[in-house]
Order: sequence, then C-alpha cells, then structure tokens
Amino acid sequence: MKHLLSTADLSRDEAVGLLDTAARMAATQSREIKKLPTLRGRTVVNLFFEDSTRTRISFETAAKRLSADVINFSAKGSSVSKGESLKDTALTLHAMGADAVVVRHWASGAPYQLAHAGWLDAAVLNAGDGTHMHPTQALLDAYTMRRHLAGRAQGLRSPHDDGVGADLTGLRVAIVGDVLHSRVARANVALLHTLGAEVTLVAPPTLVPVGVEAWPCRTSYDLDATLVDWQPDAVMMLRVQRERMSGGAGAFFPSPLEYARYYGLDARRLATLPEHAIVMHPGPMNRGLEISAEAADSDRAVIVEQVANGIAVRMAALYLLMAGDRSAEGNDL
Amino acid sequence: MSPGPALPEDDPDGTTVLSASDVARALTRIAHEIVERARGVDDLVLLGIPTRGVTLAHRLAARLAQIDPAFDAEACVGELDVTMYRDDLRRQPTRAVGVTRLPAVGIENRTVVLVDDVLFSGRTIRAALDALGDIGRPRAVRLACLVDRGHREVPIRPDFVGKNLPTAQSERVRVRLEEVDGVADSVEIAGRAEGDGSAR
Repeated sequence: MKHLLSTADLSRDEAVGLLDTAARMAATQSREIKKLPTLRGRTVVNLFFEDSTRTRISFETAAKRLSADVINFSAKGSSVSKGESLKDTALTLHAMGADAVVVRHWASGAPYQLAHAGWLDAAVLNAGDGTHMHPTQALLDAYTMRRHLAGRAQGLRSPHDDGVGADLTGLRVAIVGDVLHSRVARANVALLHTLGAEVTLVAPPTLVPVGVEAWPCRTSYDLDATLVDWQPDAVMMLRVQRERMSGGAGAFFPSPLEYARYYGLDARRLATLPEHAIVMHPGPMNRGLEISAEAADSDRAVIVEQVANGIAVRMAALYLLMAGDRSAEGNDL
Repeated sequence: MSPGPALPEDDPDGTTVLSASDVARALTRIAHEIVERARGVDDLVLLGIPTRGVTLAHRLAARLAQIDPAFDAEACVGELDVTMYRDDLRRQPTRAVGVTRLPAVGIENRTVVLVDDVLFSGRTIRAALDALGDIGRPRAVRLACLVDRGHREVPIRPDFVGKNLPTAQSERVRVRLEEVDGVADSVEIAGRAEGDGSAR
C-alpha cells in the first residue's frame, strides 16, 4: 500500500490489518507518554484546500504522536489564493522533502492526481476530496463499530481485544441523510461492504445520487420503516451539507423542519432501535436538523469517541504508509 | 525478535545445540538466578518480547511460582512489543505492530526482567528499553535470554543467560518452542561455514 486514496481499493485483509494496527495505536494513547519515536525525522504535510478543523487537527495530532514533523498548508492565505496550480504546489512540496502529503480538496480526484501524476514521490493520504471519498473517516467509523459491536453478529469473535482480527460480517448499518453530497457515505459503503456489513442508505429522493443502484447497498426513502423493520446495529447520521446546496436548503427539501421530521434522529426514533445499537455522526453536527440534541447526547451516541478513534486510525495509516522501506514494496500492509 | 532471516523449514545444516530437556534445565536455572539476584520475588515482573520471548516469560513465571508461591504468575507477566521503537524500520518492509500487554501490577517501581529468545546485536533490547521508558519507571531492568550468540552492536549485556553460543556472523540460530512452533523445544544452529556457501 503506497497511498490511501479510496476505501474501494482496500482488500478485506488490508482493511482488517489497518483496523488492527489502529487498535495497537489506540492502546498507546491511554498512556501518560503518548508519543512514539516511530516516524522521527520524517515530514508530513497537511495540504488543505478546503476548510476542515477536526480532520486536520486529527491528522496533525496523529503525525505528532508518531514524532513526525508536521507542516500545515491551507489554501487560504497561501500562494494558492494567488492562483498557483496543484502541480506547482506539489512540486514545491517535493522540493521541501515531504514524506507524506495529507490532502483535502474540493475537487473529487485531486488526491489521485497528486499521487499518480509523478509530481511527488511522497505517500498521499486522501483526507476528503469533493463528494468522492474520505477513507480515514470510513476507517474510523468501521473501527468504532467493531469496538462496540464485535461479537454481536455471527462471524464476529468474542468481544475481547476490541474485536482485533474480526471484520464486520452480518452487521446492519443505516446511513441516513445527505448521501448525495457525502464522501463519508461513499467511503463507508465501499469499506463496510468489503468488511461484510450490510448497508441501507436512507435519504429523501432528492438527496440520493444518480447511479446508486450500482452501489453494494440498499436504499430507502423511509427512515421509520428502516429503523423499525430492519433493526440496524448502527445508525450513521450524515450532516446536511448546506454549503454544497447551491440554491440553499430549499433546493433539495421544502424546509429544514420537514427534513428534521422525516429524516432527523430524535428520541422517539432512538427508542425504536435495538438495545445495543449505536448512533454515529461524522461531525460537525447540525443539532435540531439531522440529529436532535437528545439523540446526540444519549449514551448510545459514540460521536465523541469517533473523534478519539480518528487519531488512532490516522496513526495506523501514517505508520503503514511511512514506516517501512518504500523500495521494498509489493509486500502486504 | 527473530535472530536473523527466516530459515527454510527443513534446513539440512541445522545442528541441534539445545534439546528440549536442555531448554527446560536452562529455564529452571534462570528462574533460580532471578530469585537469587532479586532476593525474593517481591516486586518482580517479567516482560516477554514477542514472539518467543513471551512464551519464555510465561514458562519462567510458572517456575518462579514453584520456587515461591507468593509469586502471582498471572498478574506479573506481560508482553512488550518494540516494533515502533526499532531503529531499522526504514530498512525493511513495513512490520506489523504487535500487542503490548502490561502486567496487572504495572511496572512502576518494580524490577522488570525482559525476556527474549536470542540475544544478538542488542538492538531489539535497546528498543525495548526505550519502550519501557515511555511506559513507566521501573526500579531496575534486567535481561534474560535463552541464547546469547554474541556480535553485539550496542553496549548491552544480559543478566541471565541460558546458553552462551559462540557463532559466526553468517550463522543463524533458530529457537523452536512447542507453544509457538508446534514441535518439541530445540535450539538449532545453521549455516556453519564448513566449506559450503549454499546455506547463507
């Protein structure tokens, strides 16, 4: 594995290996001294063309916990705002000797271009590109599900060791909300399918992307029916991405209140879920829109834990992409 | 950690230097030496270095419990993965990170005995000392190994040795333990340079 661009590229063994490495990394993060010397002297560049707080801070924390040097580069206030192209930015990073580049870009496919155009020889980690992919988010979601739900479904081992070695066979995951604009949904559908989980997307018809029939999942327009009849083990609420809705919220649904009535997770819907089910949200949340404060603050919600797990998962990705001898590629993770 | 490149399963050059009973006697002697050196088993903690060091640590713990029933073999044995502290990570393909399990009693202010199968360059132990320093502050750290084959590259010496085995740099030492390898315990040496170069 040279780059982490898309969860669709990961095999089951690679994905499980990544989650297992994340579990080892998480174990070091409960210690008093959280820093490991593993990537000392190596440089990670955070290249952010789009606003992000938690992903950037999470990657920065992960790199620093592994003793790598971190350079933050955001498009605002940099030469990019003066019109520099992605290629010239990449060549600059190459000249500075970056060993890994974490890239967030508003254009789908920008990380792929960066990885394969030959501008750089660094490892490229996709931190979200347009409406395409957000692999580390999907991995941290899968890691969180495995920690909580390992041993639930058949095929999962006993709930020791945070489910290390197990995949998610048999788990049912409902992904609810703005699927159309969501790279998190796309990344999760691919990864959860690889790991053996069943996924149902729930969204108003206007927020279901064209071509969804080809995805390895089911779709529904009815949240109540899905929660009651299908009894998912995990419910993932997606943020309504109003900044990507050009005509304002009104372009995709009549009113925020109607959206919240039909597709928001509230206490009533929470009560219809099975006892063990967990509530997830990739953040940032629109409280009162896709998720009510009651649901977000309930003890079923693992939203804050997702953030903590994000650090461990990103440490694992950086370790697996950066620690080894890159000329000795062709080996497994 | 592994004492060198992996050997093919049926290496015809392998000479057995320690048999199963030799291994058992060496471990019993090491256990007695540990107790003698520590003047008892209070505050004693064993940390095995994966893979075979962990097995050896468990066997030593069972012997310590026989010598002094006050020793709690369950609570005083752990394993210490040193992968993320190695200095050769960039020279090799990516290694899988192993698990670190600290003993239930912790290591703070205790006498920690690191246990490994083969002591060679000493770099693994160097990494283990760094890892230990990030976890806590033991009162003392000692080193037990089943085989010391020499060729140290850092100033590290063992406190308890099963067998000193003079070797050439090119030779390979292979330790097999029943729990890990599924065959009877043995220590073999392979690649002896007696007019052949094929086994290197």
